[in-house]
Amino acid sequence: MRAGVIVFPGSNCDRDLAVALERAGASVSMVWHKDSRLPDGLDLVAIPGGFSFGDYLRCGAIAAQSPISKAVVKHANSGGYVIGICNGFQVLTETGLLPGALMRNAGLKFLCKPVGLRVETSDSAFTSGYSAGQTVQFPVAHHDGNYTADAELLKRLNGEDRVAFRYVNNPNGSSDDIAGVLSKNRRVLGLMPHPERAVDGAHGGVDGGGMFASLVNVMQSA
Amino acid sequence: MKATVHVMLKSGVLDPQGAAVRHALGTLGFDGVDKVRQGKVIELELDETDRDKAQTTVTAMCEKLLANTVIESYRVDIA
Repeated sequence: MRAGVIVFPGSNCDRDLAVALERAGASVSMVWHKDSRLPDGLDLVAIPGGFSFGDYLRCGAIAAQSPISKAVVKHANSGGYVIGICNGFQVLTETGLLPGALMRNAGLKFLCKPVGLRVETSDSAFTSGYSAGQTVQFPVAHHDGNYTADAELLKRLNGEDRVAFRYVNNPNGSSDDIAGVLSKNRRVLGLMPHPERAVDGAHGGVDGGGMFASLVNVMQSA
Repeated sequence: MKATVHVMLKSGVLDPQGAAVRHALGTLGFDGVDKVRQGKVIELELDETDRDKAQTTVTAMCEKLLANTVIESYRVDIA
């Protein structure tokens, strides 16, 4: 599997994400935000966590308008796989590739701790390595992770089995405890918790490894 | 000419920051504040001299970048 990790000014999980993907067997290239093209032959685009453009205006809003983001939207619209983690999820909602918005945590505090998540669907390349209903633990590290969706959107997400992860104990006020959502074609995933920070015993857990292994597995057999 | 954009959370969207400000006002002794909503004001200096064109352009800016219309509403004032 060939993966590209996007690097914005202020990204800070780009290297961790590259390491997690490489460990699972992917070949990874780093892609600078000013590039207007993705490297040829990418299977997966990964948008890392951090504070792109200092979170100016709104988290992810400026990054969503950068040259590389136009290429990422094109990649997604032609059926390519995209994962956005934390700030990457915020960027994906700002591009419109994923519905809803991420607002300030309901408790107004920056949260940095491991949280329990329930895998809600194994029907995606990102989650096929887990079983639905399984509980995993990934760390969260965000100030604006309060996923906000109106009743109509929630109904659609639930009806189309597009909620990938739910918090076991909602830490941030997210609608319907949602921690991660899939696009309609199930090839774009955004989630606030950090699977790339749970791939090594020294991280305190390895539950995130299943996601990267699952991605590599799906794309190598494709 | 100058454009001023007011961006506010849509009514119905919970505003935890506004709620915290209301609470802080209460602790300072300012009673009788039922609700606080927090938003932002963006000022733009434009080369455009035609009022209607400026209105149209700034509205496009709001739709594309200045506001997230999933959760925010905006108002454009041209002066």
